[in-house]
Amino acid sequence: MAKKPIKKEDVGTTGHSWDGIEEFNNPLPRWWLWTFYACIVWGIGYTIAYPAWPGISQATSGLLGFSTRGQVAEQIAAVDAKNAPMNDKLASVELAAIDGDAELKGYAISAGAAVFKTWCAQCHGAGAAGAKGYPNLLDDDWLWGGDIDSIHYTITHGIRNTDSDDARATEMPAFGRDELLEKEQLDQVVNFVMSLSGTAQDAAKVEEGAVVFADNCASCHGEQGEGMRDLGAPALNDAIWLYGGDYATLLETVTNSRAGVMPAWSTDFRPAQGLSEAEIRAVATYVHSLGGGE
Amino acid sequence: MSNYFKLIALGLVALLAMIAANYGRDLAYQVNAITVALAALITFVYVLRRTGEPSVPTDQTRYLDGVVRYGVIATAGWGVVGFLVGVIIAFQLAFPVLNLEWAQGYLNFGKLRPLHTSAVIFAFGGNALLATSFYVVQRTSAARLWGGNLAWFVFWGYQLVIVLAATGYILGATHGKEYAEPEWYVDLWLTIVWVAYLLVFMGTIMKRKERHIYVANWFYLSFILTVAMLHIVNNIAIPVSIFGSKSVQVFSGVQDAMTQWWYGHNAVGFFLTAGFLGMMYYFVPKQAERPVFSYKLSIIHFWALIFLYIWAGPHHLHYTALPDWASTLGMVFSVVLWMPSWGGMINGLMTLSGAWDKLRTDPIIRMMVISIGFYGMSTFEGPMMSIRAVNSLSHYTDWTIGHVHSGALGWNGMITFGALYFLVPKLWNRERLYSLSLVSWHFWLATIGIILYAASMWVTGIMEGLMWREVDANGFLVNSFADTVGAKFPMYVVRGLGGLMFLSGALIMCYNLWMTVRAAPRVESANHLVPAE
Repeated sequence: MAKKPIKKEDVGTTGHSWDGIEEFNNPLPRWWLWTFYACIVWGIGYTIAYPAWPGISQATSGLLGFSTRGQVAEQIAAVDAKNAPMNDKLASVELAAIDGDAELKGYAISAGAAVFKTWCAQCHGAGAAGAKGYPNLLDDDWLWGGDIDSIHYTITHGIRNTDSDDARATEMPAFGRDELLEKEQLDQVVNFVMSLSGTAQDAAKVEEGAVVFADNCASCHGEQGEGMRDLGAPALNDAIWLYGGDYATLLETVTNSRAGVMPAWSTDFRPAQGLSEAEIRAVATYVHSLGGGE
Repeated sequence: MSNYFKLIALGLVALLAMIAANYGRDLAYQVNAITVALAALITFVYVLRRTGEPSVPTDQTRYLDGVVRYGVIATAGWGVVGFLVGVIIAFQLAFPVLNLEWAQGYLNFGKLRPLHTSAVIFAFGGNALLATSFYVVQRTSAARLWGGNLAWFVFWGYQLVIVLAATGYILGATHGKEYAEPEWYVDLWLTIVWVAYLLVFMGTIMKRKERHIYVANWFYLSFILTVAMLHIVNNIAIPVSIFGSKSVQVFSGVQDAMTQWWYGHNAVGFFLTAGFLGMMYYFVPKQAERPVFSYKLSIIHFWALIFLYIWAGPHHLHYTALPDWASTLGMVFSVVLWMPSWGGMINGLMTLSGAWDKLRTDPIIRMMVISIGFYGMSTFEGPMMSIRAVNSLSHYTDWTIGHVHSGALGWNGMITFGALYFLVPKLWNRERLYSLSLVSWHFWLATIGIILYAASMWVTGIMEGLMWREVDANGFLVNSFADTVGAKFPMYVVRGLGGLMFLSGALIMCYNLWMTVRAAPRVESANHLVPAE
């Protein structure tokens, strides 16, 4: 049918005319037709090679035995097999020994970075710099301890969650909401806390606040506000604040307290979407390596 | 006499809508009900003022062009609104602070995005299709629109759909289905309007004086019929309450996803492709004053296109819960669709052979050529992206957004602008456009804008896809999602600027069309039925 298109003027029109529009009688362009045929032939071939045509109870599965689920399972299995020796080693050595084994440490950091960017970055930030209410993991200010064992424990059990019975769990009283302190005392103790890190404050209130602090806060946050890691009580004598060190934020903190939560990441507590021991150790090593590890 | 029935019906609608507003369970529903009541009351007053007046017999030897004029105005107006919202959300992505704190829940990205897509596809594109199909079917059938004032009902009914949908989105009424967001009562109303549209269009074709049906009308008709089917099936839902906007989908899980993308892809295939091909098949030969290149090609590519398109939806769901067989079929039919799509491009471009010199002198032809060029490009890109291996890189990235916009801004936008420039002097009996140099300005602003848009989205999309799959020597992922978001910033700014240029072009067009109506020299009306051949 597709003879070489003769000059358009020679083919004539179909003889129809609509509002002055006519149509040439040109044949189908040859290259167009043959490409169309080629696509159809390829399409038939492809549907024979791959799962395609639905039947009564199931669809044809294709000569190549391909499935997308099979493909992804294969790829995951290949990576798992390749990394299995390293993962086994990572999960079984003494935690403290990882640091001394350059190969294992390098592997742990690259694996840990991937875990961190997948599971931790949502709260702690892609660069681990944290955000309001989510600690910065780059500095040496640790709420629960910055050695590798403490980090490992925190990741495994989490903080104030209901997943693990061994989660780190302490509670700061809501001094204002539960009326443990008078309004005036709240004002005074906030002024005192601000004085610990050298922030501007009212000298008279600081003096009163020191008494309130000693009676109510020092048991956890320390006499000088140096904090206490066993209780996850932050140091108040530095310029690092989890929620903010200005008057209004501190008043809010003392009034209603704070209780940040972190999930328990171990598969022991989150079977479907937790981290394996090797992964926890990897991410602990990664966090430990970020700059503040002890 | 019939006016009294109309008045009773309109009064009832207004009353029921007010009752519904009173019992409404959510704000969106209440506002929509009040809108319906107002629309019914305005129409009531309009009909009342004409009741008892001597009726002027309509001149059956003339085309019904008033509704086309309104359609042209609506197209231009909604276009500007849609493009503006698009520019706003583009900059919201680049600068999240533009999701203004005080407007949270109303004007943040999540609310404005469906407003943008619906405004450009259904308000701008839909009105363009309504107006041009009414114009084209009359000329090519040598017949006045069938159904008297039914065409007016279609036009105003469709505008009501747009207003209800848009206000609904902002206030929180949504199906949550992409491109099918309007809630159940808007869906029902659109169904009524659409059936009326089908009747007007079919009725006009039935009473045509030409023996053959022109190819543009095949495309328009396939668009109207298929969109009716898609709309009804994809929106089957059960309202939670007759006095609330929320409804529950009948399909669930992967069946729902499949239905949604069967709809979604064919909204592209039949709304934005078949319908606009109808437009191309009339306005390109008219503006070029050349015959269509090949009648055979138009037949073959028409039937191939409509047969193949309807299968292509599953390529939106590669590597999901969708079974592999469906995914394969979606991909294969998409690839086979390549040549049928290009048939339209060939017929459009080759129609200009023998008139290529007009590219130098006629910016409207230039617009149409660019439009067909973008059509060809995106109908090649689409089949390519539907290939599973390519899709595993492109899916969920901005590449998809670039692809859609090279089609939407390039193909749909440019062919519509070309049609508007063609139509306005004809519809308002003007000798010519107010200014061809302003058309040139529009052409260049829009073209450069599209290129900035598409190029930045290709770059950012492919970058994003590569970053997502980047692994280190041990096979571990290197980038977090936030890293990829941060890396996209410069391209987001370029995209926003591209959109801004496209919007500026459209504003210049509105000014030019306005001045054409106001200031261009007047000519004798030419809307008498053409003699049949």
